[in-house]
Amino acid sequence: MSLVRRILELLERDARHTSQQIAAMLGEDENRVAAEIARLEKDKIILGRTTIINWEKAGDDGVTAMVEVKVTPEREVGFDAIANRICRFPEVRAVYLMSGSYDLAVVVHGKDLKDISTFISQKLATMDQVQSTTTHFVLKRYKQDGFIFDDKEMDRRLVVSP
Amino acid sequence: MIDGKKYLTNSIKSLPPSGIRRFFDLASHMEGVISLGVGEPDFVTPWHIREACFYSLEKGYTMYTANAGMIELREEIARYMHGWQNLSYDPETEILVTVGVSEAIDLAFRVLLEPGDEVLIPEPSYVSYVPGTIVAGGTPVILDTREEDEFRLTRDELARKITPRSKVLLLTYPNNPTGGIMGRDHLLDLVDIIVANDLIVISDEIYGELTYEGKHVSIATLPGMKERTIVMNGFSKAFAMTGWRVGYACGNRDIIGAMTKLHQYTILCAPIMSQMAAIEALRHGEAEMRRMVEDYDYRRRLILKGLKEIGLPSFEPRGAFYVFPSISVTGMSSMEFSEKLLQEEKVAVVPGNAFGRSGEGFIRCCYASSVDHIEQALERIGAFIARHRV
Repeated sequence: MSLVRRILELLERDARHTSQQIAAMLGEDENRVAAEIARLEKDKIILGRTTIINWEKAGDDGVTAMVEVKVTPEREVGFDAIANRICRFPEVRAVYLMSGSYDLAVVVHGKDLKDISTFISQKLATMDQVQSTTTHFVLKRYKQDGFIFDDKEMDRRLVVSP
Repeated sequence: MIDGKKYLTNSIKSLPPSGIRRFFDLASHMEGVISLGVGEPDFVTPWHIREACFYSLEKGYTMYTANAGMIELREEIARYMHGWQNLSYDPETEILVTVGVSEAIDLAFRVLLEPGDEVLIPEPSYVSYVPGTIVAGGTPVILDTREEDEFRLTRDELARKITPRSKVLLLTYPNNPTGGIMGRDHLLDLVDIIVANDLIVISDEIYGELTYEGKHVSIATLPGMKERTIVMNGFSKAFAMTGWRVGYACGNRDIIGAMTKLHQYTILCAPIMSQMAAIEALRHGEAEMRRMVEDYDYRRRLILKGLKEIGLPSFEPRGAFYVFPSISVTGMSSMEFSEKLLQEEKVAVVPGNAFGRSGEGFIRCCYASSVDHIEQALERIGAFIARHRV
């Protein structure tokens, strides 16, 4: 596996890893690792670093919906132009082009049901290329980006063993 | 009440209690301890393996199996040993599934040793070989290994300790507690002595898959060695399956046959649910296993560098998940160091002398722990060293 790939995998697993730690773990020169990371950021291969939060546990009662959107693709730009326009709304957390019975999967986050329904009915559904939307509200999260909410597994090993 | 002790055999009474018992009692009653003292993976068994076990229970696999283990599992072990080490064993007669490598070693000692037969045991090494030899009626003969040889068994030390009563050589590489390995050339160096003295080799290769920067070499692959080597391996370390207690022995059909006979009378068979999980591990577990090994490797480099920076250098261990640094800068004994470190900094390590006299002056640090824990532990050990350096 290439150095770049190893760096990316380590950072994907834990964004807190410093280039010093990564260099030690990979047995590489620290300056080289730092330079690679800087390049990956500059090239937008590393887009950003975030934290996965259990907002429900933190007391936030926001609402998330998965919206199936059917759109009319446009000449020359296909789905990209409309997808990019949808991406710009801050309420939109993720946009994916899908195979199957609809075109775009749009993840929308708002403070309550009304907030989301207003966004969909006034902003999303009214766009010219949008033919229809079907909204599914998230009821409970179990796992996100590889992390299990309310994970019962913990270190149960004896403190000392031969 | 009767005095139970007077009914006990002399051999059990003469066994010293495990060297880490007292230390364990101390550490387990303390709050906030960061432990580098464990001897097992920090991963929970991969989900697909656990799931295969649930499924087998749902289907009603709750009965005894063949004494030697399910034939499907022995066939998978044969396939695995062939793929891994290019060693061919007949699943019908040359493979025995045991309750961990520990049972396999005990069985081997008991079928091989007559009173007075000597077992050559390199130290430092895992704690059960000497007691196992004694209980089986044999005589342990300790082979000392040294840091400057990266704790490999040398030809000179082996030749020096061989007597006409030498019967078994125990090898345990990659090694617990040192992390040392023996490559092909180092093993080859021992072969003519082993053959000339007609020794049987018990090779505990439980950490074999946890070999870094190279591939594990089983001594059984060397010329003339397969017929006189019993290779022991299991699922605990490579597949993070310590609690399932399932291992195996491969080797000469007469010896495996005798071990199977004894196993049949004492254990009957390894638990079927563990055997079902082991089949899944061998059939579909390689990718997860490689991922875990890679993860140990990252942490191996991290802790090695960290220990060097705080003044506890170690040779580079290329196997298992242990680093075995010298603590000579403090002038303390292994036990004194470990107890003080626990009391003053709440970091648990295992004193090197728990694994034999040549482990004195060293501590075993296990890096099967999260990066955060390793770094916190290093910080605390660093503060400790700064205070106690002589």
